[in-house]
Amino acid sequence: MPSLKDLRNRISSVKSTQKITSAMKMVAAAKLRRAQEQAEAGRPYADRMERMLGSLTASLEGREDAPRLLAGTGRDNVHLIIVATSDRGLCGAFNSSIVRDARRLMKDLRGDGKTIKIFCIGRKGQEQLKREFGSHIVDTVDEVGKPRLHFGDASGIAERVHALFEAGEFDVCTIVYNHFRSAMTQLVTRQQLIPWPLSEAAEEVAEGPRAVYEYEPSEEEILAELMPLNLAVQIYRALLENAASEQGARMTAMDSATRNAGDMIDKLTLYYNRTRQAYITNELIEIISGAEAL
Amino acid sequence: MAEKVAFELVSPERLLISEAVDMVVVPGTEGHFGVLPGHAPFTSTVRPGVIEIYNGGEVTGRLFVAGGFAEVTPERCTVLAEEAMAPGEIDRGQVESQIRDLGEDMRGAQTDTERRAVQARLLVAEAKLAALEETSGR
Repeated sequence: MPSLKDLRNRISSVKSTQKITSAMKMVAAAKLRRAQEQAEAGRPYADRMERMLGSLTASLEGREDAPRLLAGTGRDNVHLIIVATSDRGLCGAFNSSIVRDARRLMKDLRGDGKTIKIFCIGRKGQEQLKREFGSHIVDTVDEVGKPRLHFGDASGIAERVHALFEAGEFDVCTIVYNHFRSAMTQLVTRQQLIPWPLSEAAEEVAEGPRAVYEYEPSEEEILAELMPLNLAVQIYRALLENAASEQGARMTAMDSATRNAGDMIDKLTLYYNRTRQAYITNELIEIISGAEAL
Repeated sequence: MAEKVAFELVSPERLLISEAVDMVVVPGTEGHFGVLPGHAPFTSTVRPGVIEIYNGGEVTGRLFVAGGFAEVTPERCTVLAEEAMAPGEIDRGQVESQIRDLGEDMRGAQTDTERRAVQARLLVAEAKLAALEETSGR
């Protein structure tokens, strides 16, 4: 049976842990709001970009000279998987759910006889993948977007990916990240980046009646500039979603940790009081029986 | 003039402007172009420079863009800028030192690709400076 002193120590240590988790929850909530605002602010650009790409690609459809970022290399032997995770832990299942999905994807691809390569964003994903897939990791980036994610961070990553693609290192590129739905739910999402699949919305634009555009300079030149930029925009969007998801997951995790700590303190306090009373009763019995013996 | 163009300027980080204007002048790669209501559908790349917004025959707003794309339809004009800011937000000293640094990078550049990348950044910095001079001169 633990002594009273042990119990007291235990209670005070749980209390200080609770203080930390509740502070982390508060910080995460504030950061979540900021990340959400940023994700919202980035949406118009991505939407417009998609619309423009839709009308451009429609006019280039079936042409032989489409940029390789759009059409791909014509093979799908080597897959590059960008695993976007966070640098910090203590955010629930956020990182492990991304890694789990990435792992599943890699197993499937391997089963089909494809070669896989991994590009890690964020330290946590790298740590988890290092053991099993260490030899497949071609590049890693961490501490992205501290203290605030800028578009330049994303375009830097995009440039590295693009350079790998130009060097013929891979044929298909997919990014795995957490899509932010709410603070409680994040959905692990796979998004193919190269070759760029046209979304349904863009296809609708392309199929509907539309004006014939003029291009200055030529369509090919615009597309050749637009595609690498689109890559950066998509990575930027994924990173923003990820940042919001991370804070959401952390907030939820810290909330339940704080509540757990509260429950634990209640239980320990009850136990402490019972033990204390038992001691007192014991002592009284000793005194009384001692007096009676006289 | 009753008709207006719905002008939008978006950068990856935020939607800067979304308003109805009489005319916008955009620095296209192959020359400046003005967009009035009813403009033919048109897509162009944009080079670093200043976008001018006209209302009632006067310039009512200026914005610096560091390149991007413009999409024009009869009703609207959308500019996707890689970087955009009001000329007042440009820090002169910073840009000047940036130009100096880039000049050194240029001399240090080994390959053509490196040189091109530096050149592109130099163009943006120079356009920033030009935008600054243009607006402060008025």
